[in-house]
Amino acid sequence: MEFRKILCSVLDKLMEQDERICVLDADLSKPNGTAKLYEKYPKRTFNAGIAEANMIGVAAGLKAYGMIPVVVTFTPFATRRVYDQIAVSVAYAKLPIIIIGTDPGITAELNGGTHMSFEDVALMRAIPTMKIYDAVDPRQLESALPKLIYSEQPVYIRMPRKERPDVFDEGYIFEEKADIVKEGTDASIIATGTMVYEAMEAAKQLELENINVEVISVNMIKPLDEKTILDSVKKTNKVVVCENNNLIGGLYEAICRLLIENHPVKVEGIGVKDQFGQVGKYSDLLKAYNMTPKDIVEAIKKQ
Amino acid sequence: MSENLKCAAKEIRKLTINCISSIGAGHIGGSMSIVDVLTALYCSEMNIDPQDPKKEGRDRLVVSKGHAGPAVYATLAYKGYFDKDELMTLNRYGTNLPSHCDMNKTIGVDMTTGSLGQGISCAVGMALASKIKQDNATIYCIIGDGESQEGQVWEAAMFASHKKLDNLILFLDKNNLQLDGYTKDVADCGNDALKWIANGFEVYSINGNDPYLCKETIKKAKVSNGKPHMIILNTVKGSGVKYFEDAKENSHSMPINEEIRVKSIAELDGE
Ligand SMILES: Cc1ncc(C[n+]2csc(CCOP(=O)(O)OP(=O)(O)O)c2C)c(N)n1
Ligand SMILES: [Mg+2]
Repeated sequence: MEFRKILCSVLDKLMEQDERICVLDADLSKPNGTAKLYEKYPKRTFNAGIAEANMIGVAAGLKAYGMIPVVVTFTPFATRRVYDQIAVSVAYAKLPIIIIGTDPGITAELNGGTHMSFEDVALMRAIPTMKIYDAVDPRQLESALPKLIYSEQPVYIRMPRKERPDVFDEGYIFEEKADIVKEGTDASIIATGTMVYEAMEAAKQLELENINVEVISVNMIKPLDEKTILDSVKKTNKVVVCENNNLIGGLYEAICRLLIENHPVKVEGIGVKDQFGQVGKYSDLLKAYNMTPKDIVEAIKKQ
Repeated sequence: MSENLKCAAKEIRKLTINCISSIGAGHIGGSMSIVDVLTALYCSEMNIDPQDPKKEGRDRLVVSKGHAGPAVYATLAYKGYFDKDELMTLNRYGTNLPSHCDMNKTIGVDMTTGSLGQGISCAVGMALASKIKQDNATIYCIIGDGESQEGQVWEAAMFASHKKLDNLILFLDKNNLQLDGYTKDVADCGNDALKWIANGFEVYSINGNDPYLCKETIKKAKVSNGKPHMIILNTVKGSGVKYFEDAKENSHSMPINEEIRVKSIAELDGE
């Protein structure tokens, strides 16, 4: 199943139940799968055109009137393009909205450098009150969206548009905390978004060598589920953090800070190392930025 | 000296199709709509030298609607900036020809674009610098009609006319379509010509899919002083091949398989 199909069907259900929910797009409703909502909810769907800054301001205005706005566009246009609007009109003004950035990090694939945001996590982390959810698989998104939409703080959701392999089983229920997707004792792999799948692949390879790692899916990059992470690291004392964005300002640094304050150990980071995006298929880019399961395995062994 | 522009445009269209079909899909609609103005610029009006792509005092083009990269690459290859075979590397990992224009990757590309609305401001900066340097260059810039919804476009417009940048020639690719549909249905921009006039521009409105008209209008704009120029190109998205034209908004980014490629090339050759 594609993430965008889930996005559309969940929004459809929620909009049916709750007349406050509005959806805003910036000329990407077709690629993002929200276009279908326009016929059914003509009064609560708005295509702002290619004018993202205005879209965020309009969403904040809708919120000031008690509506629940959900804005959807590609990650770079959902974050860096509209940063001051999010910082001031949304967060500082305490008018929380839901911001959905699609095709995060290397999942932007052939759209290339201009569309491949590696800094969105750092940017959004630095805004007070902002929550960040990095979707792992479509099933998780289906369970997460109805909960996050009623958050009293602004939420940034990053999700690929198309298919990604399942990580969670049927019946999975999302909570705003980390999930231990595989238990282990030799090391902790702390991963987010599409990197949870890659971490699980690495864990399988390590198992063949009798290395038993724990894999944690953080789900929420902010606020972090500190307890789950600390409990795991206290047990393993070895940590590799995996994320689909720049390590600078990302989950890696968030974990480093948590551990420095509570349980200092060495932390390896798998992710983009202060580089720009480029065109390529997901698998090519995973290799280009040293983010493959093999790279994760090597990072564990270095620990 | 004076090249047959219709023939050149046809060749560039064929190269554009081959380029995009080499990776199976891409931004064909917005590429095809600007082929004629690219032809007029590179085959006639721009002061450029493909053998010396960074020549001092050269004219520059900012393709602010950066997703039209394939048409730009086809034009540059046609002019000999690089080998035509390279067009087959579009969007492959490690390529010099990414989906959106990149001045650090592609020889002959004057500005990196792809985040809509930004290129036009950079063109204004180049026009300012050319005035300071007094190098007599003309700075050209192509924006999309959907792109014109970005507020930055109008910030650039105000500034350019305030600075009387008559060395700046803008083109609006008015193909009436953007990604989600017709511009008038998504977010109507109203009367473009009046808006640009109100912003202090000298405005022309022509059939943008006629390379000779593009050429004549550019010539007129070049000799007129005191104001920046806007040439509104009334175009057809996907222009030149019926299959792409009929696809309307679906031509924005669409698959081109071998069958469609062969048919499109035959259609262009049969003209
Ligand atoms: C800031 C920004 N927002 C969104 C996009 C995604 N996008 C790429 S092309 C496009 C539509 C462009 O329409 P238009 O300017 O009319 O171009 P054309 O019809 O010539 O293809 C969109 C929304 C982008 N590249 N940049
Ligand atoms: Mg258009």
